[in-house]
Amino acid sequence: MSGIWVVIEDRDGRVSRGSWEAVTAGQKLAALSGQSTNAAVLGAQTESLAAEVAAKALAKIVRIEHPLLAAYTADGFTLALQQLIAAEKPDYVIFPHTYQVRDYAPKLAARFGQVLIGDVTAIADGPLFTRQLMQGRLNGSYRHSGNGPCFVSVQAGAFRAAEAQPGAAAVSLFSPTIEPAQIRTRPSERFRDAAQTVDLGSAQLIVGVGRGIKDAANLPLVQELATALGAELGASRPICDNGWLPMERQIGSSGQTIAPRLYLALGISGAIQHLVGIKGSQCVVAVNKDPGAPIFEAADYGIAGDLMEVVPALTEAVKAARQ
Amino acid sequence: MKIIVAIKQVPERDAQIRINAAGKWIEESGLQYALNESDAYALEEALRLKEKHGGEVVVLTAGPERVGATIREALAKGADRGLHIDCADLTQRDALGVARLLAAAVKPENPDLILTGLQSDDLGQGQTGVILAELLGLPHSSLILHVDKTETGFTVKRELEEGWFQLIELPAPAVLTIQSGGNKLRYATLMGIKRAKTKEVRAVPASELAADSSPVAVLERVSLPQKQKSTQMLSGSPKEAAAALVEKLKFEARVL
Repeated sequence: MSGIWVVIEDRDGRVSRGSWEAVTAGQKLAALSGQSTNAAVLGAQTESLAAEVAAKALAKIVRIEHPLLAAYTADGFTLALQQLIAAEKPDYVIFPHTYQVRDYAPKLAARFGQVLIGDVTAIADGPLFTRQLMQGRLNGSYRHSGNGPCFVSVQAGAFRAAEAQPGAAAVSLFSPTIEPAQIRTRPSERFRDAAQTVDLGSAQLIVGVGRGIKDAANLPLVQELATALGAELGASRPICDNGWLPMERQIGSSGQTIAPRLYLALGISGAIQHLVGIKGSQCVVAVNKDPGAPIFEAADYGIAGDLMEVVPALTEAVKAARQ
Repeated sequence: MKIIVAIKQVPERDAQIRINAAGKWIEESGLQYALNESDAYALEEALRLKEKHGGEVVVLTAGPERVGATIREALAKGADRGLHIDCADLTQRDALGVARLLAAAVKPENPDLILTGLQSDDLGQGQTGVILAELLGLPHSSLILHVDKTETGFTVKRELEEGWFQLIELPAPAVLTIQSGGNKLRYATLMGIKRAKTKEVRAVPASELAADSSPVAVLERVSLPQKQKSTQMLSGSPKEAAAALVEKLKFEARVL
């Protein structure tokens, strides 16, 4: 057994940002363990993707190519990587923690009697892998103790894409054996439900509302503050799940990613899926009744208090300041 | 159609979390527990499928005695019976260890569909359903918002990142992990709560299902996260705090 393998994911035909972050994580682990870092790209046509990855300091790049890998399926990707892992016998297999990886990496790991250590935010000597517990309120340090490859996925933004070391890697082709009958799911093309009319991505001032609002009837409180600020209104997932605001106003990994000058998070506890979406904000303000809420970790200014009381006071203060 | 819904009891969302003396897990005494949120959506989807196509909804969970309350809650909402894997050391097992228990309990039931939430609110690993499918040799799909039954299986709506979706066809039996928000959750009715008391809950000792409980991914230590930013907390009455905040935003952060 030897080596670290990073599984690259593409986005619109290019190496995704998360994949570069996974390469950085792989190189960091390589520095800790004195091993070489390699990368695998998967698909029906992988030449350009492999060429992009080959410009990094990696030992080997393998193009896992098969016509049945044209569209992602858990069965296809698991079979293909299973065969590469059986051939290369790596110590570590690193992925970006994406929806796609969540769909097949646990299955792949189980096939080797292993468990994915998922959504990792830091790698320390040992190696010890940190991941968040209790919706980000605690950290857990995990150690791998199995007799087999250690599967790890890294959280978006936890490692820096720009730190992936440049270099020149040799590229080779790997042709897995996959039978059509082994692919049991049939995916459609991706689609969006409705044309998005709210573009939170380019809004400069955003007020976000979460569970702390308690009832849809209380939403006007927050709307008034947004109006006073001239801000767009956004929400955490539960608010949209309840149908209190339309899905297109959802901020986070499954909704929109924002990068405003000012983001006010009201009654939002700060689950990681939400924090990922607000990372680009210049200034974050959090109002939450629980002073231990993870949202305060990401906030520049915080008020620990009941938003029913704080928000109207804030609306008044904003109006007064704007007069 | 026979549907098994694998659910988990987790600490209540607002519960005060403390690290235990050993520093390896949370202090469980005095904690309030609730049904994991995405599991509630999995149960809801199962109940709707049963209302449309007939059949049976069986809830399955693993954990100590206290998880019985969560099974009763699911029965009160409309599930037909419960399976309780009696297991005092659930937190010492990793996702593969838990999935092994669930797989052993599911197998003799021969369900047409297995649903579970996409992740638990305590460990947040989001792996149990996917591994369960692998252990049972069944196809799966994750992050599902909606399930339609077809002649030979299911067509499901899967959530992708950034507001994209995808339809996936898969044959029965299958395992689906359900994302929150696909349906509106129902409340248990008084009649439902009454009926739940008479429904069957079968307890199976974990030792009868899967022997191997030693984890591959070992949780060594639990700690409080370090602050990434230095947060200025503004105190005082709501009015004072609000005024101080606007002042800071205007003159210090200069974002207003």
